[in-house]
Amino acid sequence: MAKTSSVFKKIVMAVSGILMLLFLIAHMVGNLHIFQGAASFNHYSEWLRTVGEPALPPRTLLTVIEIGLLVSVAAHMWAAISLWRQAKRARPQSYVTKKSVAQSYASRTMRWGGVIIGLFIVYHILDLTFGAANPAGTDSTPYDRTVASFQNPIATTVYVITLILLGMHLRHGIWSATQTLGQSNRRRERTVSVFAVVFSTLLIAGYLVVPAAVVFGLVD
Amino acid sequence: MPLDLFTVGEPIADTKAPMDVPIGERWSERKFRGRLVNPANRRKMTIIVVGTGLAGGSAAATLGEAGYKVKSFWYQDSPRRAHSVAAQGGINAAKNYRNDGDSVHRLFYDTVKGGDFRSRENNVHRLAEVSVNIIDQCVAQGVPFAREYGGLLDNRSFGGTQVSRTFYARGQTGQQLLYGAYQALERQIAAGNVEQHARTEMLDLIMVDGRARGIVARDLVTGEISSHFADAVVLATGGYGNVFYLSTNAKGSNATAIWRAHKRGAYFANPCYTQIHPTCIPVKGDYQSKLTLMSESLRNDGRVWVPKERGDERDPREIPENERDYYLERIYPSFGNLVPRDIASRQAKNVCDEGRGVGPGGLGVYLDFAEAIERLGRPAVEAKYGNLFDMYAQITGEDPYSVPMRIYPAVHYTMGGLWVDYDLQSSIPGMFVIGEANFSDHGANRLGASALMQGLADGYFVLPSTITEYLADGPFPKVDDSHPAAVEALQGVRAQTRKLLDINGTRSPASFHRELGRLMWDLCGMERSEESLRKALDRIPEIRQEFWTNLRVTGDEGSFNQTLEHAGRVADFIELAELMCVDALHRNESCGGHFRAESQTPEGEALRDDENFAYVAAWEWTPEGQPPVLHREDLEYEYVHLAQRSYK
Amino acid sequence: MSLTLRIWRQNGPTAKGKMVTYKVTDISPDMSFLEMLDVLNEQLIVQGDDPVAFDHDCREGICGMCGVMINGEAHGPQQTTTCQLHMRSFKDGDKIDIEPWRASPFPVIKDLAVDRRALDRIIQAGGYISVATGTAPEAHSTPVPKKDSDAAFDAATCIGCGACVAACPNASSMLFTAAKVTHLGLLPQGQPERNDRVVNMVAQQDREGFGGCTNIGECSHACPKGISMETISRLNHDLLGALRAGARPKS
Ligand SMILES: Cc1cc2nc3c(=O)[nH]c(=O)nc-3n(C[C@H](O)[C@H](O)[C@H](O)COP(=O)(O)OP(=O)(O)OC[C@H]3O[C@@H](n4cnc5c(N)ncnc54)[C@H](O)[C@@H]3O)c2cc1C
Ligand code: HEM
Ligand code: HEM
Ligand code: SF4
Ligand code: F3S
Ligand code: FES
Repeated sequence: MAKTSSVFKKIVMAVSGILMLLFLIAHMVGNLHIFQGAASFNHYSEWLRTVGEPALPPRTLLTVIEIGLLVSVAAHMWAAISLWRQAKRARPQSYVTKKSVAQSYASRTMRWGGVIIGLFIVYHILDLTFGAANPAGTDSTPYDRTVASFQNPIATTVYVITLILLGMHLRHGIWSATQTLGQSNRRRERTVSVFAVVFSTLLIAGYLVVPAAVVFGLVD
Repeated sequence: MPLDLFTVGEPIADTKAPMDVPIGERWSERKFRGRLVNPANRRKMTIIVVGTGLAGGSAAATLGEAGYKVKSFWYQDSPRRAHSVAAQGGINAAKNYRNDGDSVHRLFYDTVKGGDFRSRENNVHRLAEVSVNIIDQCVAQGVPFAREYGGLLDNRSFGGTQVSRTFYARGQTGQQLLYGAYQALERQIAAGNVEQHARTEMLDLIMVDGRARGIVARDLVTGEISSHFADAVVLATGGYGNVFYLSTNAKGSNATAIWRAHKRGAYFANPCYTQIHPTCIPVKGDYQSKLTLMSESLRNDGRVWVPKERGDERDPREIPENERDYYLERIYPSFGNLVPRDIASRQAKNVCDEGRGVGPGGLGVYLDFAEAIERLGRPAVEAKYGNLFDMYAQITGEDPYSVPMRIYPAVHYTMGGLWVDYDLQSSIPGMFVIGEANFSDHGANRLGASALMQGLADGYFVLPSTITEYLADGPFPKVDDSHPAAVEALQGVRAQTRKLLDINGTRSPASFHRELGRLMWDLCGMERSEESLRKALDRIPEIRQEFWTNLRVTGDEGSFNQTLEHAGRVADFIELAELMCVDALHRNESCGGHFRAESQTPEGEALRDDENFAYVAAWEWTPEGQPPVLHREDLEYEYVHLAQRSYK
Repeated sequence: MSLTLRIWRQNGPTAKGKMVTYKVTDISPDMSFLEMLDVLNEQLIVQGDDPVAFDHDCREGICGMCGVMINGEAHGPQQTTTCQLHMRSFKDGDKIDIEPWRASPFPVIKDLAVDRRALDRIIQAGGYISVATGTAPEAHSTPVPKKDSDAAFDAATCIGCGACVAACPNASSMLFTAAKVTHLGLLPQGQPERNDRVVNMVAQQDREGFGGCTNIGECSHACPKGISMETISRLNHDLLGALRAGARPKS
């Protein structure tokens, strides 16, 4: 019972969200290798796959990350969807007129925003990891694939929009996670909100510079 | 006295208090002498408790805890909504935490004097004794009373006393105390010891072989009328101030339960004793549906005044100090703004009658915090009274921090109620009455912060101890729906319900209620005279007549029907109003909240007539058309000497 | 002033409801919202129509009995109870939509009146301190820091009106539950049962069919007593601690 309680689900979400967040920080830093040129970027990608060899089998780190992420995404989505369904059951008949007063745009878009981010991740992996959905094809280097994607205006738009959504998801998410983990109080509330805004803006900016660099020809 | 209005029956007396020991030992002696019920037998006995206010909630929880099977009834959706929730100011207890000379004896003395020597000494003394346990109990339940920086409980003073013995939780003391009792009750419900009947209204009492054995109640949601049986019935249904339509009571507060029990034989004591609270927000228009109290605690720091000149319509802030009349401080230098309620109310009426009232219609006086804000600082005033100020601003649209509040007296509390003995048993064996519904402890005037004390004393400590004496003879033979008395009661209720629906006239129950209320306020309100009361007694039968021929109740009985609920309550108020007027007319003296124009001192204070009226008037119901019967219970004062009250 | 009201009329729990339009005139700005509805009902009764059912009792903002959605906001445009909302918050000619609280644990009884007993059952699950009458120690034996006592009081002012549920997009009763958990959890008297209280109350609100809280914050804005979001954080904190300490809800 305790493990399926609504609060427990939120805790699952917060913890998995934070794990994903840690990945996003690392991933963002990794992406910035692109400014050191194709070799560095590809090397980084290569390094990810070979780190620890020969002591460890190939792809150890990457596999750990992948499994960690997969579990997090799955848990995060399970909790989100089950809370969503619980909410639907709790109010089958909606109001004829309903205003929201406190809800920010960010908090209102958590659910659909999350779905879009989820779809994006699938597309993104097909695009940049496997190249299946990439103009440069499956046997290009990660660098080529990245550049190829961002030279395509449609792909770039998808990336940019998702990144902005992700930023909002995180802004509310960070605040929400402190609340869920019982760490928020009146004194901290402002600090947490400010931190959430600054942090998500920096993170998303860190991501956005990559497509921007490609679009403006700083990287090719 | 005119004999056409009532007849005089046998005197009555309380026989339960052990008079052979000194007053301070009577309560423990009573507990010792009373028979007990062993735990195994308790499980076999059922007790009906009607009402979940401080009195009923605490009683049901405590009896459930003790192992009886309790059935609890209330008309709102949740027990937490009983009108006790609205009490603001505080609760008295003789803890003497202030070391200011308080004691059980002083609380006892103040209460008897405050009640203008019309209460029973034994009951009041017990109340004062038990008061200290109440605070312990509530603190243990988590009631967040106001505290000092050292972590100990804070106290404040209240009208009618010179010590600080009032415990409070900002301006929401009743709410917090009630939640304590409510939580205890919910705990017993969860434990299966208390069976709950939410939104269920008691409409009659079932008597079998001269004992109270059950009630007839209507489920307000489904409309189903059914009988419920028990070994004893406890009524804790609150006060009947809504006779006046406009009062500080909740809209649903009613006299139905006690009135129908009265019609089954329970004596109704001192119905005319109503308390008019001095600090309420003045009435604004005809549509007004209720009056809102501003806690009396405001008189601790606020100063009451009116302009010296009549018809002075200047902005109060522009009236210079020397043109203001702080009339309470002037007339009563030693108690000042803290005189008891009846006195503060009547003086407000006097200055308004002189034409010095303020605000619309000249029905208001100022309650000014300018000086307090200057002395204590706004934050301190906010901390003490913030929620009251907010409430005032919300209702009037004015900011009391900058403009003095306007206040006027309003009907607030009813000291009268069903007659009970020291055991809180009514004149019907097996029916107990607790809280505001009984008449017991406040005499002709209740001191501030004493009703909460009485409700909890009755419910937590007194009734659970005294009821065992009665139950020791139980369990009583089983009764069910088929018993002729139950059938008769049930059919009576069904018939009355049908009757209300079938009149099909043109006026709503609310319109009758408003008419009755206005009449009672004008003729049987703050000041009564033989003339006004006779006028009322002429008018009320006419209203009753029109009610039963021209009422319109829409909808049907088999569903949620708030108009029908209201109609039933108004029918009872009309009958009760008549008894109130008879009682007021027969009591040809002034005492406490009952002020007869004919009986006043040269200074215009209430003048008691101890020679002729030092008794409780307990009224017996008689079938329609016959005058009620008066039973007197003489009041004797062994420990407090009868004296003209003085707060000068 | 004159107003056009669109009110949800529903004959019973299983009946289908719909919005019905009424006109009221001569409304004074000093009237409370419920007095405005009284005027409408008086009109309806005299016409022989069924008056609009709505819950109310104290009419002074403390019993928690009243409460309807007014133009999509719980208790209307001000942060107060419906009975304390005054018509000066509206202007002549306004159209006002009035609906009942909507949540499956709050079935409609009739029109605007709903059954909120689910909230009582959450209290039954643990919203109390177990202390049998007469067993309490002397009140001054446990001092309580003023700060804690004041914070406990703030949370204890919840009137159980259900506006938080009504306003929450998830129909969650979290603010209500959190207020009680906070009130009792802050006091020394509440410590022995603190872990069991929180797990059981949370389990009960799920069982009643309320939605889960996702920290949206509409509740606190609608709450007439201004119960703060901080209480929810505190509940979460207590729940985590309780689960870690091995507390499990009773079934
Ligand atoms: C605005 C206000 C402020 C006050 N402030 C203070 C104060 O500061 N200090 C103080 O000491 N006193 C104060 N009082 C007085 C005090 O609050 C009441 O006297 C006391 O709370 C009454 O408690 P009770 O348990 O007797 O009844 P109530 O709390 O009125 O409870 C009545 C119960 O009976 C039920 N009931 C009624 N009729 C029926 C029926 N026919 N069938 C079924 N159930 C029924 C109701 O549902 C309810 O549960 C105040 C009163 C008011 C109105
Ligand atoms: C990189 C990806 C993601 C990160 C870093 C992330 C992070 C977070 C964090 C930290 C929270 C706050 C948790 C809390 O309230 O306690 C959160 C909430 C949420 N996430 Fe994600 N999330 C990600 C992806 C997703 C995906 C794919 C979904 C879609 C199913 C999703 C749906 C949600 C929803 C609906 C919430 C709102 C929680 C709520 O308030 O109900 N998220 N997310
Ligand atoms: C401009 C932004 C981004 C760029 C340039 C970028 C680039 C890349 C690249 C090049 C890879 C492939 C690495 C490799 O195969 O070695 C990759 C993998 C990945 N990216 Fe991104 N990414 C971006 C944004 C994001 C975002 C917003 C998310 C999550 C919400 C994300 C999640 C992932 C995941 C989950 C993988 C797969 C990792 C793995 O296979 O282990 N990326 N990204
Ligand atoms: S938390 Fe606020 S909105 Fe919710 S029930 Fe309590 S008082 Fe009402
Ligand atoms: S609005 Fe609902 S989601 Fe939580 S914070 Fe309030 S209960
Ligand atoms: S009627 Fe009591 S809070 Fe509104």
